[in-house]
Amino acid sequence: MSVRRLSKTQPASFAFSKESMKQADWWIAKYPPGKQQSAVIPLLWVVQKQEGWVSEPSIQAIAKLLSMPVIRVLEVATFYTMFQLEPVGKVAFVQLCGTTPCMLCGANDLKKVLEAKIGHKNHISADGKFSWEEVECLGACSNAPMAAINDYYYEDLTPESLAKILDDFAAGKKPKPGSYDGRLASEPRGAIKTLVDPKLYDGSLAKKIKIPNLPEKPKKTAKSEEKTGA
Amino acid sequence: MVGILEDKDRIFTNLYGLHDWGLEGAKQRGCWNGVRDMIDAGPAWIIDNMKQSGLRGRGGAGFGTGLKWSFMPKEVKEGRPHYLVVNADESEPGTCKDREIMRHDPHLLIEGCLIASFAMQAHACYIYMRGEYVREREVLEAAIKQAYDAKLIGKNNVHGWDFDVFVHHGGGAYICGEETALLESLEGKKGQPRLKPPFPAGAGLYGCPTTVNNVESIAVAGPILRRGAAWFAGFGRPNNTGTKLFCVSGHVNLPCNVEEAMSIPFKQLMEDHCGGIRGGWGNLKAVIPGGSSVRMIPAEQCEDVLMDFDALRDLGSGLGTAAVIVMDKSTDLVRAIARLSYFYKHESCGQCTPCREGTGWMWRVMERMATGEAEMHEIDTLLDVTTQVEGHTICALGDAAAWPIQGLFKHFRHEVEDRITNYRIGKPHVQGATLIAAE
Repeated sequence: MSVRRLSKTQPASFAFSKESMKQADWWIAKYPPGKQQSAVIPLLWVVQKQEGWVSEPSIQAIAKLLSMPVIRVLEVATFYTMFQLEPVGKVAFVQLCGTTPCMLCGANDLKKVLEAKIGHKNHISADGKFSWEEVECLGACSNAPMAAINDYYYEDLTPESLAKILDDFAAGKKPKPGSYDGRLASEPRGAIKTLVDPKLYDGSLAKKIKIPNLPEKPKKTAKSEEKTGA
Repeated sequence: MVGILEDKDRIFTNLYGLHDWGLEGAKQRGCWNGVRDMIDAGPAWIIDNMKQSGLRGRGGAGFGTGLKWSFMPKEVKEGRPHYLVVNADESEPGTCKDREIMRHDPHLLIEGCLIASFAMQAHACYIYMRGEYVREREVLEAAIKQAYDAKLIGKNNVHGWDFDVFVHHGGGAYICGEETALLESLEGKKGQPRLKPPFPAGAGLYGCPTTVNNVESIAVAGPILRRGAAWFAGFGRPNNTGTKLFCVSGHVNLPCNVEEAMSIPFKQLMEDHCGGIRGGWGNLKAVIPGGSSVRMIPAEQCEDVLMDFDALRDLGSGLGTAAVIVMDKSTDLVRAIARLSYFYKHESCGQCTPCREGTGWMWRVMERMATGEAEMHEIDTLLDVTTQVEGHTICALGDAAAWPIQGLFKHFRHEVEDRITNYRIGKPHVQGATLIAAE
């Protein structure tokens, strides 16, 4: 477990923006009537997207919207580590994966880059633009080491490519997410030996087929029997 | 030919995202083909064929998928609708296969959801995706919209079974990969596992009959029925049939995801698909073959081991999610496992005392083992604690935290002992050495 508390400094109020409200309604509609509490995690996320972090007034607003006790929302907000309870870097918030598969591939070297460029983890840089934290496995292990920056994955990083990405963010650019060693996804780098048969992609698999082992007596047989009977 | 499986037998034909993930592209590759015929054949036929295919759940536990589906009540009672919940909370360190399915072959998943839901008489399906997969969620939502627009799913669709599929997302908690914690989370609560029984098939989501399946188990349902149970059962050894996505990470030349036949020899998987071990086969030190929760196996056992449930279980390890973490001779194994201990400490939900306190305790001791600042007898104390956590918690996270440590000491105890000895050499007095253990 990790101990997570609300920030000591809280804004005076919170209000859903029009766009956030639209999204909130869209989420709530996904669940059966009376089960709107299910939307609490997606709504906390919507709030975090709007404000950058989750504040106490926003927790109260969600509780009101979903007609659930404030403590239940607070529980959820402090249980799930994706919710930021303190403000984070406005330009780039880096979540570096530090779990073993990434660690084996050099995540610790990336930490040094982040420390040099941004500073200590869990602290915002002086200009308020950058912050970083170490997170647990983000599920892109074949593309290790990697980091999520403002939601999207930057994969196959090296200290050099990460430094370049941070410089680009600082210069106001939007570096492209994805792999940084020339891969498209998680294929073997430059050596794709599978999925090369053109027959898989020429449309021959879309032709009408007969499903094997179908039962003997569905409707068609029943009908033909009737016909024979008649 | 590379590996065992031929291209014509691969299920995930857009694994690397080289082709169109959209509906047109998916149909070209055979997705949605013949689904109406499967539905017309009835739920019993679907479940029976899934059983015959021998498909074992791909989420780690390896429970028979067809059998699991058959546990659902046959009749839908008034006010108790059935639900299918797809577990897409892929967070096991080393595992990155479901992500590729959802962003590159989303229609296979949606097709599988329809077939599985019909087989269990469910009209609604929730896909619980981990919160960090933002791009993947965008793709999946778009694919679902395509399927609705094409009337493949939704009310009055072409398949004759009213069916809605909803994407839900989590908040970055590993524990929500446990099925009952996932259901709690889906109901808008903290992800703390429930006591079983009742099992989800009796009382799951909102107290209604529910089945929770892994993304890969659901996504292969369509292709299995399309090509026949016997086709799927033709790969791998008996009781370990089918094809499987392997996620290879760590010290290989070409880390990748690849679909292969079950029971492929580990060495062949490495040599054919992953460019071999970094520095050659002789440089291999140990492998975690099924995601971080299973015990590691040392290089000498990797020589001829087959990658399937039974072979790895016989070695005291497991296939888990088939997430292979390869470690070469440069690896500090103690440090690697200490990092995993931190992971479990971080992810324990805090409900059961042995896990909440034990994971933190084990991590602190492992950190000292990694530097050597420990005493010899603490090794046995640590192993004793692992057995006290293992099996004494509501869910398997306690087991998952204990096994990596047990695996380390089973095969590499001498390394830790050397480290402890070396730490003391040249030091007249070791600070804190008289303490029994941390706290």
